[in-house]
Amino acid sequence: MTAPNTLIELGVTELRDGFRAGDFTAREGAEAFNAAVAGGKALNAFIVETPEHALAAADAADAARAAGDVKPLAGVPLGIKDLFCTKGVQTTAASGILGGFVPPYESTVTAKLFAAGAGMLGKLNMDQFAMGSSNETSAFGNVISPWRRNDGGNAPLAPGGSSGGSSAAVAARIVPGATGTDTGGSIRQPAAFTGIAGIKPTYGRCSRWGIVAFASSLDQAGPMARTVKDCAALLEVMSGFDPKDATSLDLPVPNWERLLSSDLKGKRIGIPKEYRVDNMPEEIEALWQKGIAMVRDAGAEIVDVSLPHTRYALPTYYIIAPAEASSNLARYDGVRYGLRDLPDGANLQEMYAATRAEGFGAEVKRRILIGTYVLSAGFYDAYYTQAQKVRALIVRDFEQAFETCDLLLTPTAPSAAFGLGEKSDDPIAMYLNDVFTVPASLAGLPAMSVPAGLDSKGLPLGLQIIGKAFDEQGVLDAGLAIEERAGFTARPGKWW
Amino acid sequence: MSVDSATVRRVAGLARIAVSDAEADALVPDLDKILGFVEQLAEVDTSGVAPLAAVIPISLRLRDDVVTDGGDRDAVLANAPQAEHGFFAVPKVIE
Repeated sequence: MTAPNTLIELGVTELRDGFRAGDFTAREGAEAFNAAVAGGKALNAFIVETPEHALAAADAADAARAAGDVKPLAGVPLGIKDLFCTKGVQTTAASGILGGFVPPYESTVTAKLFAAGAGMLGKLNMDQFAMGSSNETSAFGNVISPWRRNDGGNAPLAPGGSSGGSSAAVAARIVPGATGTDTGGSIRQPAAFTGIAGIKPTYGRCSRWGIVAFASSLDQAGPMARTVKDCAALLEVMSGFDPKDATSLDLPVPNWERLLSSDLKGKRIGIPKEYRVDNMPEEIEALWQKGIAMVRDAGAEIVDVSLPHTRYALPTYYIIAPAEASSNLARYDGVRYGLRDLPDGANLQEMYAATRAEGFGAEVKRRILIGTYVLSAGFYDAYYTQAQKVRALIVRDFEQAFETCDLLLTPTAPSAAFGLGEKSDDPIAMYLNDVFTVPASLAGLPAMSVPAGLDSKGLPLGLQIIGKAFDEQGVLDAGLAIEERAGFTARPGKWW
Repeated sequence: MSVDSATVRRVAGLARIAVSDAEADALVPDLDKILGFVEQLAEVDTSGVAPLAAVIPISLRLRDDVVTDGGDRDAVLANAPQAEHGFFAVPKVIE
């Protein structure tokens, strides 16, 4: 019997391996994390807690182990972002418009995780419909980062977004790992803000089936966990061809975890000069230089590269993502699921408009309106078609850079975590958080954030590695090289 | 170009989101700011560039034309705000 407070110190692969070795039962692990979740309510990381799901999976894992059958993630309970449909468990994408929605089916990614023996601790809070960078747009309230500045103040900080419940829960060690989704940085930016690792794989690696859609040409699921190795283990299970997703990649899933190597000899790592943006804090620049020294120490050759259209990535994203969202979110009409607002005497059209006015949050409405505007007659070519052309140029920039390098190294975000409320008045200031993460999303490339240091206020900072399409291994390997050298052991003091 | 309150109300009508006049007025500066931000794309020379169709080159798959699921009426209706006689129910459409 291992003490529960020791078990929650373990990450995904440590839990898996300890369970396999018989150091503890899966039930002990699930009970320890269930208790940690129940004790972490001040973080508001969960929308729904599902301790019974975690226990059932654990009991099944214990019984199977007794019969000599050990599945890849047996003994590992996880947090699941509320964007993944989970059969029989409320799924709302943190929006009022999906209030009370209980999916009669399981998303492909969660089905794969559960078939691999993992259990679910609960559904994690997030920015509403994954639209946000601070987890301040959830209909279920803000997630509070477990981190605090070292200035003695207790200002609540943003855990990043949109996968803010995932990042906060992993950083607080109330879950060993979590699913996230990334449309423009929603795995990588919250990972950087909370001192954990997270990878967005190549577009198409993880099936989008059963994930509430935001911007379908950009949405990708991925894992968030404390270590690169844990991310590799989770990603292996989450990935794979799915005939139910028209853009699913029909490729074998490599053994990323087993093949992990922090030896970067022979690798050329590009440093894109356009990522040195105006007003970037010196601490971010210094961290970047540290990262360059780390990968060089691991054997990589550093090359300067140029991605000339980088500055147009954010405006491109803020046309394409809202355009796709306005189309995807047209389905919320008060007829088939979720909220219905039917004012007295209202006709069908008035019911649609009242339901959508009542159910969508302010940021979601803003993006639907922008998307509707840029797709409307007379504006379509000037906005949407032009954005898709610039997107083609951004893709070409990456292709040209990858002629002279294998991977790119950049900061993940232009700052450490900010305080809740500090940026919510200005949408553009909020959007600028994703300046380093959006380009890889537009190009569908694998990219990950790894914790690499602390700022002067004691808050985590992350470095981003971007790889060629399908080269998750290269991304993970460089992430491991940085992880080994950064020796990031800082963790938030428990106040919750 | 800048948006005005009438434009916001028109777009909200297209998007089937009810907005009061006061809400429309309040949205004007936000939408103006965002559209002003994205309009910098106009300065990019894209002559001869085809709009991106798919980010990862994949070809659409074909499958055999057979029934693969169905018969799930009750599950489909289970989340409906109002279902009657095996159908979704909505306010009367024909006067």
